[in-house]
Amino acid sequence: MTVPAPKFLAAGDAALVVEYGEIIDAALIDAVQQLDRRLGAACLPGVLETVPTFRSLMVHYDPLATTRAELIAAIQALDAGAPAAALAPGRRWVLPTCYEPAFAPDLADVAAATGLAPDAVTATHAANRFTVAVVGFLPGCPFLAEMPAAFDLPRRTAPRTRVPTGSVAVAQRLSVIYPTESPGGWHLIGNCPVPLFDAGWDPPALLAPADAVRFRPVDAAEHARILAAAQNGEYDPHRECLDEKDPA
Amino acid sequence: MSHLRIDRPGLSTTIQDLGRPGRQRYGVPVSGALDPLALRLANALVGNPAGTAALEILALGPTLTVEAPSVRVALVGSEVGLKIDGTAIPAGRSVTVPQGARISVGGFTDAASCILAVEGGFALAPAMGSLSTYARGGFGGFEGRALKAGDLVPLAEATATAGPERKSGQIDYGDGPIRVVLGPQESWFEPAAIERFFAEPYTVTAEADRMGMRLEGAKLAHARGFNIVSDGIAPGHIQVPGTGQPIILLADRQTVGGYPKIGAVIGADLPRLGRMRPGETLRFARIEVAEAEAARRAQEAAFMALVQAIGPVVMVPTTEQLLSQNLIDGVVSA
Repeated sequence: MTVPAPKFLAAGDAALVVEYGEIIDAALIDAVQQLDRRLGAACLPGVLETVPTFRSLMVHYDPLATTRAELIAAIQALDAGAPAAALAPGRRWVLPTCYEPAFAPDLADVAAATGLAPDAVTATHAANRFTVAVVGFLPGCPFLAEMPAAFDLPRRTAPRTRVPTGSVAVAQRLSVIYPTESPGGWHLIGNCPVPLFDAGWDPPALLAPADAVRFRPVDAAEHARILAAAQNGEYDPHRECLDEKDPA
Repeated sequence: MSHLRIDRPGLSTTIQDLGRPGRQRYGVPVSGALDPLALRLANALVGNPAGTAALEILALGPTLTVEAPSVRVALVGSEVGLKIDGTAIPAGRSVTVPQGARISVGGFTDAASCILAVEGGFALAPAMGSLSTYARGGFGGFEGRALKAGDLVPLAEATATAGPERKSGQIDYGDGPIRVVLGPQESWFEPAAIERFFAEPYTVTAEADRMGMRLEGAKLAHARGFNIVSDGIAPGHIQVPGTGQPIILLADRQTVGGYPKIGAVIGADLPRLGRMRPGETLRFARIEVAEAEAARRAQEAAFMALVQAIGPVVMVPTTEQLLSQNLIDGVVSA
């Protein structure tokens, strides 16, 4: 789709929303992330932080250091500036994930809803090239876009009160990995043993908006090995990043 | 090491500073004091930088024992004040408490929260640059949780510095309706719903915590459903789920959300909002962003003037004390 010029919407007097649209769409996600990179490089006075979402960029600012009017003018000037493609893109990750039945209680439901065989659901997910559109809901929780149209599933009618840590789930053509145990209403089709969040890391989340993610199927034994190593502090999750390979 | 020992934790006492902005893109809430003006003033009274971490107390305060040669403290935000071994010390002034003395803060109903600052702050490791406790995530503050009986909270300063105690005037939180800027999803509501939102009173329900407060009042009808594709959340954002009853998002708000947001409470009114208790009634008034920015600057100027006006506590000695110091022997004859 053609991305329209963004709207500047109010969000109180300490944030403004730069909105490209109201739907989930790869072109909108890309427009948001390009603006995010431009704003990050520009270091505009008074901007505290930016939060990319599927369809808009939230710009948090200090109203004692700038004003909404000044900020909008500065962002409009940026938008006409250098192409963001020159700025650093996200990193590429391949995350080991076990799709075996013990971790996939909703696989049959997803298969029925998509009209695919259970194996095809798993294979489609594992072959899909995802982009991290948003990190939110829980600290470090990546929302991954975008799956084929058949995966435009509503959430479960009865959300679970406890979704296990590492659960890989799908809904609304998106996939998500629960970084910690939490209530949740998405369909569970696998489990990723890679730790995604640690308050002691800088940055605290493994994945960032604009990162590229795909999944590598592993069996339950390898899943258990990675999980045990992670719990013993013997597993560096950055080994799953294609752009951070240890040169040694 | 000097400590405060928690004898009784109160209802919910957490360590908070001005929050941890900068990591919302990783889903990390900002957190921080519900009443940042009280935090800043309490810190000024004990001689700390404005953003030093302090104890945020909700509704019913803790009892603490001083395990240090001395510690200087100040309570701001409620008129409940302190008791030092049973002796009442008013809010809005510093006091130096000796070793072994017990500091207690009772129950209070004039605000939802208040701040107890200690000179020098706490000797705790920050999480992501802040000591604010985010209990849902289990990080920040003291072991990522509210204080419990038996906790030993380490003090950064071994002992109180010399010098006079200091007192301040009262924070002007403003009054009248809570001011709101519309957006970003005002078009998701019926025009009549927006009119009702600004015309009708709302009551703070018991479902109120550091994350947000659920209100009860005129039901707000959505024009376009109540599920949006998630977008960012700002301080004071007012989201309206399918019930039609608004929820105002406070310090521990999530970073993104999928309910339509009719508007956001302006920054100048957030400290007052953070002080509101279940059962209180509020009304909303619509203003524009430029007015909100002006209100915030005016509030900041007034607050800085209040901090500038902090002065020493003028001791009014009793006749007995004066006589014992032999300063005015023979002058007082009555």
